[in-house]
Amino acid sequence: MIAHALFFYFFSIIAILSAIMVIVSRNTVHAVFFLILDFISIASLFILIGAEFLGMMMIIVYVGAVAVLFLFVVMLLNVSEQKLSWFRGARKTKHIPIGLAVGAVILLELIVVVGGWKYRDTFSETKFLNFEKDFTNTHAIGNVMYTEYIHLFQISGLILLLSMIGAIVLTYRKREGVKRQDYFTQVGREREDSIKLVEVESGKGINLDD
Amino acid sequence: MESLIVLYNEVYKILFLLIPILVSVAMIVWFDRRVWGFVQKRKGPNVVGPFGLFQTLADALKYIFKEIIIPASSNKVIFILAPIVTMTLALSAWAVIPLSDKMVIADINVGILYIFAISSLGVYGILMGGWASNSKYPFLGAVRSAAQMVSYEVSIGIIIINVLLCTGSLNLSEIVLAQQNLWFVIPLFPMFVIFFISALAETNRPPFDLPEAEAELVAGYQTEYSGMMYAMFWLGEYANILLMCALGSILFLGGWLSPIDIYPLNLIPGAVWMIIKILILFFMFAIIKAIVPRYRYDQLMRLGWKVFLPFSLIYVVLTASFLIYFDLLPNTGN
Repeated sequence: MIAHALFFYFFSIIAILSAIMVIVSRNTVHAVFFLILDFISIASLFILIGAEFLGMMMIIVYVGAVAVLFLFVVMLLNVSEQKLSWFRGARKTKHIPIGLAVGAVILLELIVVVGGWKYRDTFSETKFLNFEKDFTNTHAIGNVMYTEYIHLFQISGLILLLSMIGAIVLTYRKREGVKRQDYFTQVGREREDSIKLVEVESGKGINLDD
Repeated sequence: MESLIVLYNEVYKILFLLIPILVSVAMIVWFDRRVWGFVQKRKGPNVVGPFGLFQTLADALKYIFKEIIIPASSNKVIFILAPIVTMTLALSAWAVIPLSDKMVIADINVGILYIFAISSLGVYGILMGGWASNSKYPFLGAVRSAAQMVSYEVSIGIIIINVLLCTGSLNLSEIVLAQQNLWFVIPLFPMFVIFFISALAETNRPPFDLPEAEAELVAGYQTEYSGMMYAMFWLGEYANILLMCALGSILFLGGWLSPIDIYPLNLIPGAVWMIIKILILFFMFAIIKAIVPRYRYDQLMRLGWKVFLPFSLIYVVLTASFLIYFDLLPNTGN
């Protein structure tokens, strides 16, 4: 039990510290790396409470795909060194009030959620998964997700599809004058289409345009 | 005291796996170069030790004694972390690989997901190395490599779903045991081919070695690395290749099972079969390195997204419908 607690505190301290570092660090690439560290320690906490499927999915989806895209954007946009000039500068900015307002709203919501936790039973009809022996939580999640919540599952899939299409439509532009390789014409070319053998009399020359 | 014994046992088990892996990585590098040489009618490394077997050890010794150069304008912490991350991840994925019936360090429920997660983390070693070098070629190589690995991970994931449909478990040992009657390479042969090619791309092997295409990018993300740090990248890369071969033999070639369950063959211990299968797959990796020319980058992306992804998705539907129609879906324990 002590080992369990030790691991819990180890991972949660890393999670909290790295979450703070995401905000504090000046270098945005470092911030993304701390975000990854945060994801991984949260995934470890999931595994610690026995939700190994969720933990692995957390790593695969967030660390393996989402954070890579973050990193790409940050690396390619060359915003790696943020000087934070607006924070210290004499010039008045609108960032701080907006940030404070958003933070206050989030804090309020958190208070409401945590405060409402004890009334949970009355206003949610969540079915809790009952664990049996030899019944991994992958099976448990699958059993609930594809039966009880199949509509929600499919709707979230549709939303993802929609956002994917939206992203493609927003960024796609047809460029003129780009030479593209057409594999079928390339493979379908025959000798007759491309090579013509011409008998040339010596000393006469030939007009190729015929 | 008791926990100390447990700890000692775990460390012992881990060392018992790690040291053979590191040695076999060295041997496999020699094997790779040797095969490459024979295909090109050369001899390959054949001077140090019998048949040149100790060539890699000599190389490693050389790397250890070479100076580690850290570029002045690089991001030093990340620059040093990158090869460490690559090697640690490549080795830590081996924790769940079952070499035989009981020879596995951690027999966890979500073994295949663990391997998938660890190999998706492998991108970071390369991205960190390329970015921290603060130089053009490494950065281009790293960006290429990250895009390539993320793309081919998608198709590997869908291929794994095919196998999981047939086994009904995410545990690697159970995946192997589900193949006792029929190796999955037979019903899922197209998936095996795609898995093999995706594994080549995932591990940055030729013909998909664009991240380190020496004709365009010097050495890609490794350009600025030297000495032991370069060797660690290189060790991690080969450990990853070995891991992909092991994964291929577990998913499709029946892991530690003997080809047919008859008298003289089933006396041979499972680990030997596993190693033979890994070696056969690695031999194919080595041959392909020698005989196939490098892909162009747009061809690589086209192959991943427009050919492999739709094909493996269709195959998932096919496998699922087949299993449901003939009522072959594995019993999932409820």
